[in-house]
Amino acid sequence: MKAKKNRVHSPWGGFFFVLPSIIAMAVFVYGMIGYTVRESLQNRTNSYTEDVFYVGLTNYIELWQDPEFTHALSNLLKFTAVFMIGCLLSGLIMSLLLEKGIKGEGFFRSTYLYPMAISFIAMGTSWRWLMDSARDADATGLNYILQKVGLGALQSDWYTSEAGSMFAMSLPAIWQMSGYVMALFLAGFRGIPDDLREAARVDGASEFKIYRHILFPQLSPTFLTVLIILGHISMKVFDLIFGIATKSYVTKVLAIYMWQVIFDFQNYAKGAAIAIVILLMIAVAVIPYLIYVNKTEEANK
Amino acid sequence: MLKKSKVAAVFAALALVVTTAPASTAATDKQLEIFTWWASGGEAAGLEGMTTEFNRLNPNTPFINATVAGAAGVNAKGVLVSRMQAGNPPDTFQAHAGEELSSYVKAGQIEDLTFLYKSEGWDKVFPKDLIKTITVKGKIYSVPVNIHRSNVLWWNPAAAKKAGITKAPASLDAMLADMAKFKKVGIDGIALAGNGDWAIAHLFDYVLLASMGPDKFNGLWTGKTKWSGPEVSKAIDYLAKILAYGNSSKSLDWPDAGKLVTTGKAGFFIMGDWASSQWQSEGLKLGKDYTWAPGPGTNGIYQWLSDSFTLPKGAVNRDAGIAWLKVSGSLAGQDAFNPKKGSIAVRTDSNPKLYDAYLQAAMKSWKKDRLVGSTVHGVNWGNAGMAAYNSAVGRFYSGGAKDKKGFVKALDAALKAHQNS
Amino acid sequence: MSSDIASRVTRKVDVRNKKKLDGKGQFWLVFRYFALTILFVIAALPIYIMVINSVKGITGVTQSAAFIPPTTLDFSAWGPTWEILREPMFRTLFFVVQSSIISAVIGAINGFVFAKWRFRGSTFVFTTFLFGMFIPYQAIMIPLTKFNQWAGIGNTIYVLVFAHVIYGIPICTLIFRNYYAAIPNELIEAARVDGAGMVRIFRTIFLPLSIPGFVVVLIWQFTSAWNDFLFAIFLTGGSPKLSVATTALNFITGSGNQVYYGNNMTASLIVSIPTLLVYLFLGRYFLRGLLSGSLKG
Repeated sequence: MKAKKNRVHSPWGGFFFVLPSIIAMAVFVYGMIGYTVRESLQNRTNSYTEDVFYVGLTNYIELWQDPEFTHALSNLLKFTAVFMIGCLLSGLIMSLLLEKGIKGEGFFRSTYLYPMAISFIAMGTSWRWLMDSARDADATGLNYILQKVGLGALQSDWYTSEAGSMFAMSLPAIWQMSGYVMALFLAGFRGIPDDLREAARVDGASEFKIYRHILFPQLSPTFLTVLIILGHISMKVFDLIFGIATKSYVTKVLAIYMWQVIFDFQNYAKGAAIAIVILLMIAVAVIPYLIYVNKTEEANK
Repeated sequence: MLKKSKVAAVFAALALVVTTAPASTAATDKQLEIFTWWASGGEAAGLEGMTTEFNRLNPNTPFINATVAGAAGVNAKGVLVSRMQAGNPPDTFQAHAGEELSSYVKAGQIEDLTFLYKSEGWDKVFPKDLIKTITVKGKIYSVPVNIHRSNVLWWNPAAAKKAGITKAPASLDAMLADMAKFKKVGIDGIALAGNGDWAIAHLFDYVLLASMGPDKFNGLWTGKTKWSGPEVSKAIDYLAKILAYGNSSKSLDWPDAGKLVTTGKAGFFIMGDWASSQWQSEGLKLGKDYTWAPGPGTNGIYQWLSDSFTLPKGAVNRDAGIAWLKVSGSLAGQDAFNPKKGSIAVRTDSNPKLYDAYLQAAMKSWKKDRLVGSTVHGVNWGNAGMAAYNSAVGRFYSGGAKDKKGFVKALDAALKAHQNS
Repeated sequence: MSSDIASRVTRKVDVRNKKKLDGKGQFWLVFRYFALTILFVIAALPIYIMVINSVKGITGVTQSAAFIPPTTLDFSAWGPTWEILREPMFRTLFFVVQSSIISAVIGAINGFVFAKWRFRGSTFVFTTFLFGMFIPYQAIMIPLTKFNQWAGIGNTIYVLVFAHVIYGIPICTLIFRNYYAAIPNELIEAARVDGAGMVRIFRTIFLPLSIPGFVVVLIWQFTSAWNDFLFAIFLTGGSPKLSVATTALNFITGSGNQVYYGNNMTASLIVSIPTLLVYLFLGRYFLRGLLSGSLKG
């Protein structure tokens, strides 16, 4: 209602102030996406194509027949699944441990969150060492720790063998993002009025039931947010894997394969097609989400 | 032009806070920017040798070394292409002689250098066969500075003695038998460097050559020898057996894998002869701490690769680039570079006395051996084929060396990737 | 409301329970500390490795002794590593400071409009902005390279300033919008009665209240630009004249020929120090930026 009042006074003033940004977004986000789409529909499949023309969906069809692409795609999906579930669980556990308040909370919270401040290129070597596949007497890293704590049977090849590569590769990603998820959940928990809890306690509900029936339902918007954020980060994952395993086949995901297609193969059409595939996978989740957010905000006005 | 400078001016005007931009704009005075992947050990030392020679001849041209370390140029190439696409090429860059070079030729990214061969008389002192691999449609496109051998077997005499091995194996089968001996005394049969796939592909390149011989091997890269044929199948079986003797850490870089050999934790190591200079830079002695033989089953065959320098189109300091190329091809330049780099000179008039025992032997072999190109290092296939070849091998290795069918299919796809690029 | 959401996280919860803990309660308390400590060890492990291996000299660092702290502190790896990283680090600082400031100014203006000075269709426009936050940058990289070349900034560090400003617009706008949304409209009404225009209201009322918002955006942009690798590697291609912290670091650590892990670990640590310091001293604002990225309070 108040917003309307402003409109009456200066209906388009604000528009002119954001116009530069609108133009920038139109050109550099939407225009450039359009350019990439066009590139993906053309025949520039090597560095020296001169006669450029449209080839329809050929590049996309070829992607599906390219075993390396399907390998990278399935790697990415595995990674996404493990990363999202792992992050949700560990972030939720962290927030559950902290949400009622505990002495030293600030310290724990800060250490859980610091990985967000560090570049993955910087953590590459540490994680490569941690996830070294040497075993038993030669073991270093996590395998060594597992032996020391009596879990030697759990020693693993980590990311170097095909079966488990993406499960292992999601560990550093979980390590980095859990704190973020924790913060979101903490904000969610603490946004719930204490009265709700108290009332349930007075009614004799067990702690478990309070979480199950009262607190968690309140957190569903938070869950949704977390899923969207983790999902789009996961689809784009690049430097985390590049920093640990460079372009190794075993951990190849779409973003890395695209890099290779553009620079090693100089196949621009195919690279553009891969980029658009990544974009579409993100868009199908994000666009409905944005519309939903938009609607709920309007409703709250 | 006006537009461009305007955009730049707007941004310059926005540079409010930090006014000390450290060399953020290209220096206007003459300089040379060279792009290599020689970052450490003997490679860096060799480059320094050649740089000294360059500085002696061109004292007024500052030298900028754009080294992108690592992985036989696997990372460097991506970076290089992105720079050329951004219209910002270095003044000269490193590329392997052979098909790898033709990737850049086809893209129209490098200049014809035939004029230098005439003016410097290189057509007389460089081996004809080598010049052929850097010639496209009668034009010569790069200046090779060295020749490496990739089919070399390295081992540690002390470890061999412990395992009861007295002489180098002469065939793949003999090598497998020796690896079993190593294993018995608790030493890994072979050192493997799995990170980034290329070193395993390097091993496979050697296995292919050793198991099918040079003629069939050469046919693989043109499609004459079928990837789906029995020869390749046999080679893959050998590879699988060899891999089974490898170290359990699968993510090592080659210097780390090399250390397993020199410290007696692993028996054999199939690696190019740059390993020797690397170890010497670590203070190890040839013959005492490590020793060598031609890859088992490839005696009399020299699987070669050559690093060369090019002149990118649109280089800012073209004259400086040409000056560098002149040094690269000169006798003084090559003899300053190669003994430290651990490679032999391309020039046939190089002075053998400057080189160590291994390299002197390599020079002799180079003259009389059958010459075969290395795939992983750019001779047989271009960048696209190479990347696909490395991936195919990486796939087989990380899948536990089981999926032979998928491996063959991926290799076949690599051939197509090469042909389509 | 983002300003609230962060304080919710850091809200002090009354720890001392009114009633004494019974046996079960004590068990749970011990269990919680135990679990928190394990999580702490996991979170700290990678950086622990980085730190202790950076003070073992250059050649003395091996993978097998990764967990073993050094017996004596040896900083000899720091000098030569810093020599390599100094120029890229200063260059990074140079462009990151610029891009953060420009981003913050743009974000403040946009945020104000979207929160308080709406126009017909502004919600839709805002949503289209937000989508820009989620796009994979690979999808714009090919044309962006072309554009930079055309604009003549392809060979300068301004390509990174430019990229971070443009692609930072959505998040900066969002943070400021959420920040301004929390400021009561009554302030505007009162000023309007006094005859003030929207521009003046923004300048005299909102800007002075915006310091925390600016800190949040500056920190956010600083951290993400400092840690960015994708733009840096695509747009500068590792040209030594343009190398920045992450690309310089990648050429040290991502190399196949790396022999001396002392350099490697030290370089990783040096590159992480600026963002870690920011986190350490301004963690609250960092957290706010993070949570604003979640769109909703």
